[in-house]
Amino acid sequence: MKVRVTITLKAGVLDPQGKAIEGALRGLGFAGIDGARQGKIIDLALAETNPDKARATVADMCEKLLANTVIENYDIAILG
Amino acid sequence: MRSAVVLFPGSNRDHDMVKALHSVTGVLPTVVWHQDTTLPDVDLIVLPGGFSYGDYLRCGAIAARSPAMLDVAKKAKAGVRVLGVCNGFQILTEAGLLPGALMRNANLRFVCKEVKLEVTNNDTDFTRAYAKGQIVRCPVAHHDGNYFADPETLARLEGENRVAFRYAEGTNPNGSINDIAGILNEAGNVLGMMPHPENLIEALHGGLDGRGIFESVVTALAA
Repeated sequence: MKVRVTITLKAGVLDPQGKAIEGALRGLGFAGIDGARQGKIIDLALAETNPDKARATVADMCEKLLANTVIENYDIAILG
Repeated sequence: MRSAVVLFPGSNRDHDMVKALHSVTGVLPTVVWHQDTTLPDVDLIVLPGGFSYGDYLRCGAIAARSPAMLDVAKKAKAGVRVLGVCNGFQILTEAGLLPGALMRNANLRFVCKEVKLEVTNNDTDFTRAYAKGQIVRCPVAHHDGNYFADPETLARLEGENRVAFRYAEGTNPNGSINDIAGILNEAGNVLGMMPHPENLIEALHGGLDGRGIFESVVTALAA
């Protein structure tokens, strides 16, 4: 089973990399940018075939390692 | 005083730390590999600076889950003093031994320079050799030293006098909230700080300002 974890910074946490990206896009002439936030994606290949069990396991992985919940949120998507 | 320095793949300030501890305590520290499950019985455990695991995932994240860190957590809980410098501070926050997180420097630059530190709390086992409010010199070298904590955690840290060091005289190099450079855990036996006191130990370093931290621990143990 393939599972995708998307990790993003929590609202209110300063994201200097996102700000730099936003500035660079403006510099390229892209107008109307209201913000840019940078995150990361981790794709996992699991032996588990039950989506609920896979989701629970990956949530545990996120809490224990993949995300730092002081500053980050995570989202889990089953890709099939 | 017996001490141990935990070595992770990618640590690079371990030699500086070993020399500093040797210079101040007169005893060579034991160097412990991160895969060791049990640390020796020591008075001070130090997590040195560097780039453990190449800063993969997040700075300190993978090192914080290493076998040695489980024993560090156990010993910290039992009251053993633990000092984390730079990457060591990042590892302590990732391991949950200190609150908050160290984020990318606000200006996105790696900073390698000298800063001024205010000894905000000198009534700790790590800072008694200094005077309260004393300004000391200390080098920094990091890319991710921007201390962040949510407002409740921050209020608690400030209220409980757990900010040991603050960047002073406008030298905050990384955007840290409240100019925080170093914090203590609730019990006061764990200190994490971004600046490198181990690099101002001998006259040849250009100053002795860093010795106070190690001397304070020696004094605390003798008390």
